[in-house]
Amino acid sequence: MQLQAKTHDDTLIVTTLMPRIDAVIAIEFKDDMRSVCDGGPSRVVLDMSTVDFLDSSGLGAVVAAMKLLAPAQKLELAGLSLNVEKVFRLTRMDSIFTIHADANAAMADTGDNLANAS
Amino acid sequence: MPQWPTRAITLQMHPEHLIALINKAKILPQPPKTNPDKIQFTFTASPKGVRKALADTLAALQFMQLPAEETGTVELVLAEVMNNVVEHAYADNPDGLIKLQIISTDDGLHCKVTDSGNPMPKGVAPIGNRALLDCDLNDLPEGGFGWFLIRDSARDLEYSRQAGQNILSFRIALNQPELLEN
Repeated sequence: MQLQAKTHDDTLIVTTLMPRIDAVIAIEFKDDMRSVCDGGPSRVVLDMSTVDFLDSSGLGAVVAAMKLLAPAQKLELAGLSLNVEKVFRLTRMDSIFTIHADANAAMADTGDNLANAS
Repeated sequence: MPQWPTRAITLQMHPEHLIALINKAKILPQPPKTNPDKIQFTFTASPKGVRKALADTLAALQFMQLPAEETGTVELVLAEVMNNVVEHAYADNPDGLIKLQIISTDDGLHCKVTDSGNPMPKGVAPIGNRALLDCDLNDLPEGGFGWFLIRDSARDLEYSRQAGQNILSFRIALNQPELLEN
């Protein structure tokens, strides 16, 4: 398992631990996403900041994970590195996912975090 | 002729200066002498084999000091090409071999990928249209991105079938402004 999950309020933050999501671990990633999200909050944010390489197999696995979680859970993404972001942008998958700069931005985006305190 | 002494000095100084300049110009923009003429790896056609070949290739290209984005492009294109060989050409042969050859020139990396697997469908490399996303979430594609990504970044792509081998050659154009500036 190369994913860590932690619940913050009504959001499940899933943090990657691996440096790449490629053909070697695409299926494992999809299965692990399913198990860490099972029974969790309806909003899931995948913090991919450790991932510096994603190929089309990896992209397919992220899309597959989103489809597996729906409709009970919505998958959002955070912390896309330069090269990962590029794959999402080129394939236009960046128009399908809500993408946050990082996990903190994703939490702030719920509107009930620290937004009113500042 | 008042210019004579000046000209004589100029003639004496100029060749040295010129040679120094030429040497400087030769040394600075060129990579260190570790630059291999050709990078070549042969490896087993499996996802792990591809991962290892990518790591070895990037290590061998380190002398070029490519910016992170270009390294990412090189890794992505090579990964997509070689994953396709694993998944399609060698779909029924887990022991197949892939040969990757790369030559670095002024206009980028000239790459050649050779395998002995099944030929490309209809004998041509796929066009690689961008996958359509205008659909229900459940119908979103989970594959079919590979050839689009290859076509987006690779230039001069040519596929041929020769003596039972697939030969795919292409160029990955690279800009190296930081090297030219030095």
